Amino acid sequence: MSGVFSPTRAKIKERTLRTDKWWLEPAITFGVLFSFVIYATFRAFEGANYFVEPLISPFYSPCLSEACVEGSKLFGWAPVSAQVLGFALSPALIILIFPLGFRMTCYYYRKAYYRSFWFSPPACAVAEPHTKYTGETRAPLILQNAHRWFFYAGLVFNVFLTYDAVLAFRNEHGDWGHMSVGTLVLVVSSSLLWFYSLSCHTCRHTVGGRLKHFSKHPFRYKLWTTVSVLNTKHQQFAWFSLAAVAFADIYVRQVATGAWTNFYFF
Amino acid sequence: MTRKLNLRIWRGDSTDGGLKDVVVDVNEGEVVLDVIHRVQATQMGDLAVRWNCKAGKCGSCSMEINGKPRLACMTQVASFDEGETITVTPLRAFPIIKDLVTDVSFNYKKAMEVPAYSHPAELGPGEARMEQVDVERSQEFRKCIECFLCQNTCHVIRDHEENKKSFAGPRFFIRIAELDMHPLDRIKNRKRTAQEEHGLGMCNITKCCTEVCPEHIKITDNAIIPMKERVVDIKYDPARMFSGQLRREKRD
Repeated sequence: MSGVFSPTRAKIKERTLRTDKWWLEPAITFGVLFSFVIYATFRAFEGANYFVEPLISPFYSPCLSEACVEGSKLFGWAPVSAQVLGFALSPALIILIFPLGFRMTCYYYRKAYYRSFWFSPPACAVAEPHTKYTGETRAPLILQNAHRWFFYAGLVFNVFLTYDAVLAFRNEHGDWGHMSVGTLVLVVSSSLLWFYSLSCHTCRHTVGGRLKHFSKHPFRYKLWTTVSVLNTKHQQFAWFSLAAVAFADIYVRQVATGAWTNFYFF
Repeated sequence: MTRKLNLRIWRGDSTDGGLKDVVVDVNEGEVVLDVIHRVQATQMGDLAVRWNCKAGKCGSCSMEINGKPRLACMTQVASFDEGETITVTPLRAFPIIKDLVTDVSFNYKKAMEVPAYSHPAELGPGEARMEQVDVERSQEFRKCIECFLCQNTCHVIRDHEENKKSFAGPRFFIRIAELDMHPLDRIKNRKRTAQEEHGLGMCNITKCCTEVCPEHIKITDNAIIPMKERVVDIKYDPARMFSGQLRREKRD
């Protein structure tokens, strides 16, 4: 008997005496994240319907494989073979580790999935079911410390996705000065990704949080103050950017399959 | 206006105990601690309850009210639905002494394990100067009233008694963060000891400590995560690894 049922503690048989709906938030989190994982897995392996002039799905950008359809490659560059060890590799699978790693090691998502998927704990003051706990001190969870690596990679991806959004100010013939619903979708998606990245705890630490003397580094202190404001909304940016990226992919897929028409404002 | 309140109070000690139902008068504006005192005065003369300031500043009346760690003196009875039974139990992470009183000495032992502030030898009494921006960050942590609600709700020790020997807990992570962020503190290895001796790596950022803090200290965002990032600086940072600084705890 361990935890709240340890022999020295008050003898209370219930795992929790909370009377509110403490299970609701982890249940919703589980539902949304699980749905996203299923959809993203399907799309990552689909290997099709990710590009239609001038739009590219964020799941497939930058498209670095020889298998990428004409016009979707980053500057026409394709350093990765279409087949690896004899298997056809979807272009999304080459790059997926970076955005996935960034979100998996994110301090907010850690809270979200530790609670909703692993019940560690399911909610505050609700006893968890596990008999042993070592936290993030051993493999594989010690790899959460790689968040910074993924943060740097995520910034590079944001540049690519912003470039994609800029390219979307063209029409299907490649002429500049046009704007469609797809343009709006990519602009919103890439903007929210910037907000998500810049509000990140690692970003906050990097720009100034690691300092002992703010007064000796007034510019970095100003940066830290700004990122700290964004950081208070990190959870919201995490969800909004996730939804925006998913919707951007859905939109591009629907347009690519012909199910939806990409309406042009001008 | 007086009304009747259904209260369930845990009574017992380390050998046995259970929830006892009582009906007690409650007046408008009263807090849970008021009601407990009325029960003590009228129905359970030997009810043990720890309290002191009744103003949310001493941290003595920490307990669990309807399963949530809270200060009894800061919990309005009116915040519950009329007719709802309020269940009051002792903190469930610490050894029980009697009724609503627990043995929180674990926290004092952990406090002693954190080295105190070390003043620069070259600065005499009254010579130290700090800018306001350097003071502000750690001032948030000085609001701590040591109610230990954060320690009580932290699942690392609440759900795993065996972790108590190797885990300091959120209250002491804010103490370590406060000192590591202090511009004048001379002790250089606080990051490494936070990780290797005080169990910072066991925290999995589920933010329950922040949720229960009556002083609204952003324990996770402003102390624990910054300390985790500082540990990454000295142990796992790619840029510093490549530039050969990984082993050097740089003071800026």
